[in-house]
Amino acid sequence: MTTKPTISKAELAEKLRGFVDANFVITDDETMKPYECDGMSMYCEMPLLVVLPETVTQVQRIMRVCHKYGVPVVARGAGTGLSAGAMPNKEGVVLSLAKFNRILNIDPLARTASLQPGVRNLAISEEAAQYGLYYGPDPSSQIACTIGGNVAENSGGVHCLKYGLTVHNLLSVEIVTAEGDVVTVGSDGLDSCGMDLLALLTGSEGLLGVVTEVKVKLLPKPEVAQVVMAGFDSVQMAGDAVGGIISHGIIPGGLEMMDGYAIVAADDFAGAGYPRDAKALLLCEVDGTEEEVHEHIAEAEEVFRKLGATSVRTSQSEEERALLWLGRKSAFPAVGRISPDYYCMDGTIPRRHIAYVLSEMGKMSEEFGLRVANVFHAGDGNLHPLILFDANVPGEFERTEAFGAAILKMCVDVGGCITGEHGVGVEKIRQMAIQFNDEELQQFHDVKAAFDPTGILNPGKAVPALKFCQEYRSLEHKQHKHEHTEAAQHG
Amino acid sequence: MADISQQLQEQVLQARARGEKLNIVGGNTKAFIGREASAEAGTLNVSEHTGIVDYHPVELVMTVRAGTPLAEIEAVLAEQGQALHFEPPHFGPESTIGGTLACNLSGPARPWTGSVRDQVLGIRLINGKGEHLRFGGEVMKNVAGYDVSRLQAGALGTLGLITEISLKVMPSPAASMTLVQEMGMNEVLHYMNSRSAEPKPITAACWVDGKVYLRLSGAKTAVEATAEKWSGEVLEADAEFWHSVQDMQHDFFAGSDEALWRFSVNSTAANPTIEGDWFIDWAGAQRWFRGAGQLSDMEPLARAAGGQVSLFRGGDRSGEVMHSQPDALKTIQQRVKSSFDPDGLFNPGRLYSWM
Repeated sequence: MTTKPTISKAELAEKLRGFVDANFVITDDETMKPYECDGMSMYCEMPLLVVLPETVTQVQRIMRVCHKYGVPVVARGAGTGLSAGAMPNKEGVVLSLAKFNRILNIDPLARTASLQPGVRNLAISEEAAQYGLYYGPDPSSQIACTIGGNVAENSGGVHCLKYGLTVHNLLSVEIVTAEGDVVTVGSDGLDSCGMDLLALLTGSEGLLGVVTEVKVKLLPKPEVAQVVMAGFDSVQMAGDAVGGIISHGIIPGGLEMMDGYAIVAADDFAGAGYPRDAKALLLCEVDGTEEEVHEHIAEAEEVFRKLGATSVRTSQSEEERALLWLGRKSAFPAVGRISPDYYCMDGTIPRRHIAYVLSEMGKMSEEFGLRVANVFHAGDGNLHPLILFDANVPGEFERTEAFGAAILKMCVDVGGCITGEHGVGVEKIRQMAIQFNDEELQQFHDVKAAFDPTGILNPGKAVPALKFCQEYRSLEHKQHKHEHTEAAQHG
Repeated sequence: MADISQQLQEQVLQARARGEKLNIVGGNTKAFIGREASAEAGTLNVSEHTGIVDYHPVELVMTVRAGTPLAEIEAVLAEQGQALHFEPPHFGPESTIGGTLACNLSGPARPWTGSVRDQVLGIRLINGKGEHLRFGGEVMKNVAGYDVSRLQAGALGTLGLITEISLKVMPSPAASMTLVQEMGMNEVLHYMNSRSAEPKPITAACWVDGKVYLRLSGAKTAVEATAEKWSGEVLEADAEFWHSVQDMQHDFFAGSDEALWRFSVNSTAANPTIEGDWFIDWAGAQRWFRGAGQLSDMEPLARAAGGQVSLFRGGDRSGEVMHSQPDALKTIQQRVKSSFDPDGLFNPGRLYSWM
C-alpha cells in the first residue's frame, strides 16, 4: 500500500520550515541520531528528518504535507517503548510530541486530567496527589514514558488486575488523522454513541492517528496499601498460591512473581531482604480502606501459609513496603548487572499454565545455551522473561531472538498471546502470524485503511504483510518438521 | 448448548450472494434500541448459539457463546462466588450477552467496576464477507492487533455477528449496604462526586424522586466502617432497589412508548434546565430524562454538559436516535463499517441512517 515519497528531503524540510520553527526541523545526522531507536535499541534506523511541532495546527499541516507526498510519519513520545514501535522509517518523518508537555487541567471533583500527549505518566499522579488522586496505569517506565505513548501502546503496569490498562482509564483523545483532520474521540461522559473508536485507537501503535490531547480518569488514592511477601519452594506452589488468593475473593492491587534467578539478582541489587533460597517469590499488595486492607492481609497471609509458603513477611511501614517493591521494580537493571545485555519478552498466558511454561522455558534455556530470569505480573498472567546475552558475541543476539520467538509461540500454544503490554512494533511482527490467520490480519489492514487510506502512519509496524506471514509460517512448519525428524532419529 | 456458528456463517454467505440484508436478533429483548429495524432485511437469529465454552474461576475469565442468556451466565458464576461486575440490565429472561455487548449496556456499578466493554477480552465475529474471525483472547492483557473486540461496544451489530465473547469476571463483594437520604437536584451532583473522590468502597450512586442512594460494597468491615462515617439511613432490601435500577424496572422508567432520553455526560456538569423528570445515575455521568423534545433540542444540552445524548427508548425511531457525529468521524465510521461489512449486510440503518 505504501509507495515511495514523491518529495525530496530538502523540499520536504523547506516545506515544514515554512510553518515550524526551523530549529525544530532536524535534518543532520548528528542531531537525528538520538531518534534512531526507542527503548528496543537492537532495532535502529535513521529517519529522513525529525520534526518537533509545538501546536496542533502544526501537526495538522505536517500531516497534510506528508499525506500529499506519501511520506511515512512515525509519531514519538519519550521513546521508551520496548517493541521498536517508534523506530524511524528511513524514508519518513519522526514526529516528536516532546513539546506537548503540559498538564492542561485537573478537575478534582470530576476526577479527570486533561493532558498534552508528551506529559510523563508519573507527572500526572504527582500533580494529582494534592487532591488525593492518582492515575491508575503505572508502567515500569512511568518516570519517563508519556501519556501519548501509553495510549498508543495501551500500557499496563503492576496494578492492571484491579485498576485496568490505559483503555480502561481514558475518557477521550484528540487525534490528528493521516489526512490532517482534528477529531475528538470519546467525551467527558463514560461512553459515546456509535462504535467504540476510543478502544480501537488505544493500543493502535501510531498506525491510526497522532494523539494530540488525552483526557484520563483519576482515582482516589487508597487510604492504605500493604504488601505480603511469600517465598515458595517451587513455581508450581507459588502459582497455586496466586490461584488461592483469587479464589478467596481477594483482588490484590498488585500481584507479582519472580523466579529464583530474579530473586537473587534483585536482592543483590536492592538489598530488599528477599528469601534467597526460595525458588519463587510472590509480592501481594492489598490496597483500600484501613479495614479492608487489615481484613485481606490477614487472609492473604493465611492462604500463603496454608499453601506451603516457606516464608511470609508483611510490610509494617511505608518504608518497608517501598523496600519490598524496590527489588521487584529494579529487577530489570538488577538482571542487567549480571549480564552484558538482556532481552525482555512480554507474553501473556492463562495463569494456570505458569508452572508448565516456566519449566519448558528452563528446558529451552538449556537448548539455546542462554540464561533466563523471570518476572511475572502473576495477577494478570503477563510474563516478562529476561533472556541474558552478550551482543558482542557473534550470533548470540540472533539466538536470543530465536529463543524469544519460541517463548512467544509457547504463550500462544497454551492459550495466551504474544504481547501483554509492550506492543508488536517491529519486534514481534513475525509472531503476529502465529496468533492470527490471514483473514484476521487482512481485517486489521482494512481497519488501518479506514483511518489512513494511503498508509503513511507508522508503516510496516504492528500488522505484518500477508505475503510475509505465509513465508514465516512455512519456515516455522519446516523447522518444526525438522525438529520432529531429529527427535525421531535421536529417539 | 449448541454451536451453530457454521449455520450462521452459511446464512451470512447466502445473504451476501443474494444481495440481501440481515437484522441480527438474539433474545429479542432490546428491539427498542437504535433506529427501527429495516423492514426489507431478513433475520439472523443467534439465540440458539448458546453455552459456556470455557470457564476457569481462578483465571477470572469466562468464554461464552453470544446467544447465551445473561441469567444463565450469572447463575454459573454465582456458584463460584463470582459475578459480572458491570451489572448488565436484563430486559427479560432472554437477554443475551451478545446483545449486551453490541448495545454496550452496563448497570449502576459501571463507573467503579467498569462497563461490559471494559470487561471484554476477546471475541469471535462473522464479518460481512462470511469470515469467522477471532480477536483479542482469553487473557487480561493482550495488545496484539487492534482492539476489535471493544470496538463492537455500541456498534449495535453493524460490524458483524458477534458469536463468542471472552469476559473478565470478578468475585462478588462480601458485603453490601445502601445509604439513602433526601437531597435536592442542585446539591446532589456535588455530593455524589465528592463521595466518589473519597477512597471508600462506593459502587453505586443515583438520585431519583428527591433522594440520593449510595451503595457500598466490599469487605464487610470496610462497608460497615464507611456507612458509620457517612450520613444517610440504611436502606432495607437494597438489592431489590438496585435491581430495579439495573433492569430499568423502577417506576421512573414505566411507559415504554414515551420518549426516554439518555444523557452520557460529565458527572459534575450542571443539569440541563428543561421541563421534565430526571433520574441521575453513575454519580452524575448517566442521566435519564423524560420530557418532550427532539434530538436536535437535546444535543446542545448534552454538548454543554460535556457529553452526548441518545433517544434510548420510545418516541420517534424513524429518524436519528443517536447523537450526531462530526463529519470526520462519520467518514471514518463509514469506512470502518465497510472494512467489516463491504456490502452493508448487517443491521442496515439501525445505528444511524447513514450506516
